Amino acid sequence: MISVEPVAAPGAPLARRNPVAKLAAALVFTLILVATLDPVAPAIAIAIELAVLPLFGVRYSVLARRAWPLLAGAGGILVTLVLFAADRSGRVLVEAGPVLVTEGVLDTALGLVLRMLAVALPGILVFATTDPTDLADALIQNAKAPARFAIGALAAFRLVPLLEEEWRMISMARRARGVDAGRNPIAKLRLFGSTAFALLVGAIRRGTRLAVAMDARGFDAGTPRTVARRQRFTRADGLLVVAAGALAAAALTVSVVLGTFRPLIG
Amino acid sequence: MGAVQLRGFGWRHAGRRGWAVRGVDLRVEVGERVLLLGASGAGKSTLLAALAGLLPEDSGEQEGTVEIDGLDPRKARERVGIVFQDPETQLVMARCGDDVAFGLENRGVPAEEIWPRVDEALRRVGFPYDRDRPTAALSGGEQQRLALAGTLALRPGLLLLDEPTANLDPAGATLVRQAVADAVDADTTLILVEHRVAEALPLVDRVVVLEPGGGVRADGPPDAVFAAHGDALAAAGVWVPGRTVPPRHATTPPGEVLLTADRLGLPPRLAPTDLRVRAGEALAVLGPNGAGKSTLALLLGGLLRPGAGTVAATPALAGRDARTPPHRWRAPALAGRIGSVFQDPEHQFVTGTVRDELALGPRRTGQSEAAVTATVDTLLERLRLDRLAGANPYTLSGGEARRLSVATALATAPRLLICDEPTFGQDRRTWLELVDLLADLRDAGHGVVAVTHDADFVAALADRTITLERR
Repeated sequence: MISVEPVAAPGAPLARRNPVAKLAAALVFTLILVATLDPVAPAIAIAIELAVLPLFGVRYSVLARRAWPLLAGAGGILVTLVLFAADRSGRVLVEAGPVLVTEGVLDTALGLVLRMLAVALPGILVFATTDPTDLADALIQNAKAPARFAIGALAAFRLVPLLEEEWRMISMARRARGVDAGRNPIAKLRLFGSTAFALLVGAIRRGTRLAVAMDARGFDAGTPRTVARRQRFTRADGLLVVAAGALAAAALTVSVVLGTFRPLIG
Repeated sequence: MGAVQLRGFGWRHAGRRGWAVRGVDLRVEVGERVLLLGASGAGKSTLLAALAGLLPEDSGEQEGTVEIDGLDPRKARERVGIVFQDPETQLVMARCGDDVAFGLENRGVPAEEIWPRVDEALRRVGFPYDRDRPTAALSGGEQQRLALAGTLALRPGLLLLDEPTANLDPAGATLVRQAVADAVDADTTLILVEHRVAEALPLVDRVVVLEPGGGVRADGPPDAVFAAHGDALAAAGVWVPGRTVPPRHATTPPGEVLLTADRLGLPPRLAPTDLRVRAGEALAVLGPNGAGKSTLALLLGGLLRPGAGTVAATPALAGRDARTPPHRWRAPALAGRIGSVFQDPEHQFVTGTVRDELALGPRRTGQSEAAVTATVDTLLERLRLDRLAGANPYTLSGGEARRLSVATALATAPRLLICDEPTFGQDRRTWLELVDLLADLRDAGHGVVAVTHDADFVAALADRTITLERR
């Protein structure tokens, strides 16, 4: 099953914050960070992110499981950049045959990979600690998002885990019909395409039925909606956003003081 | 509230040549309970959609009038509630309570009234869990009861039920019918579409039969309608109560073993099972939902790798390939030996026309073009699909799609046919055809395995049954 469930302990002090506040805090934090190209500021940011993890009720092992594709990608980028970077300035660190690793190369590669991790982690944290229903509610009530969009997306999102089962069924049904690709890569690609098309056709039919059922229960009929689950944006939520901005600014300040700051523009 | 008046009503979907429903004159008074019958394609679902105000003016052409309490149904939407067939696509929210609250929010019910009304609706349908239960963790019968609660919470004057139990196992269907009987107020008008008439009769006091060509064929108390029109209705595909079906059991003892399952299982879906499938025998696999019946069908069909134990084909089925298990065979070889018919016919359609769909299997197994044409023509005629040869499989009605899915499995002439719930939601006519077809195959020496909840089907066809237990 494709997991869409939050993994946090629900009582953790920051996990309980308003979903819109968490989203805004993550955005503010990462937007400030992308201002620099150096490795120091993102390294500090990652340290901060890991330090606040327990406040969100997420265990480190759980985060590692969720973020492993990201970590693998980061490792790949690091190796590629170190081996093939065009700019080979600075002191030579390793020289082995065609491989030439210099200080400049390592600096650029590390900066990029750390930035990627620092920017991605807050997003992972928000979605790992937020119930999708709460997010949709908060987007409608606190961020004035249209209900048509937020509830519609939420309902569609609920159908996502069904797609995986549907894919398996379609693949097996095709095999039962005598359709398989064997070892031929082109046939494999065509089979993949036609299975994906069948999945799409099924998804559209299902989506249409769901839309009719929502229609029948008065969704988006022009009557002003009321809300059954009140989401409040409190002073503590505001503080979370301010604190995120302050921490990111602090990371940048350290980088400026140490002289490693390299602005994105200029 | 909830009186219905139709005068010469007809509806033609945009882009279709024929009328989905036509010439219907009908008055339903407040508090009446009506069972709406008609052969497959008589326009029952279209009529319900029209009453629910779900046919936008620009989506087709209307004839005559339809009124709810004197209003256009599109303007009387808050007076009407509807529950559909498929539980999966009518639940909107992730938690049960939120889902019932969804409609109340849409109608602008004040926040402080919402949760008391949610609790009341859940109680009325006998919902066994609390509001925080994830909707994904419910069985089909529980999901349908939740959908009913979501509709009843809106206090509709007219409640429409479009085959609410067609996709459910017998236990789930009984629970939903019970919920309808208990939860619907005396002053709520009820219009129910249901294939299984005998089970639905306790809920209704009036039967209306639509004529496929247009108009109302019969209307009145159930006893009177079935006494006057019973034979004609049964011939048109309606499940008239009290009519038995002549059984078609094997007249000769079963033949050679085709497939052997030894401690076959797939944790956690199927517990270890021993089984022999024989030629010339119809074997029914029974058991409650969650016992792994569909999983067993997929394992026997060579479509899933066993998690435990083995499936072995005999040389009688697979010749020299009998040494490898069916799930390792190439697909064309598999299709020539074991045919699988899935629960949802649409999963199996690969091409753009009915004719191509039937030709696909034979071409894959390397038959000559002349042989393919002969096979296809025979099957088209035998399963009454010849008029639809050029149609897109996805546009077929439920009964037609089921017949096509069985025909595609037969096109490669497999020695063994495995069907998962072949009679689900079928009208009487298609049902009888399926029994005859499978019985003919069995009598011609094929093996037939059917996973089913349908007790009548088992009584009519099965020579042997095995029952799986819920784990």
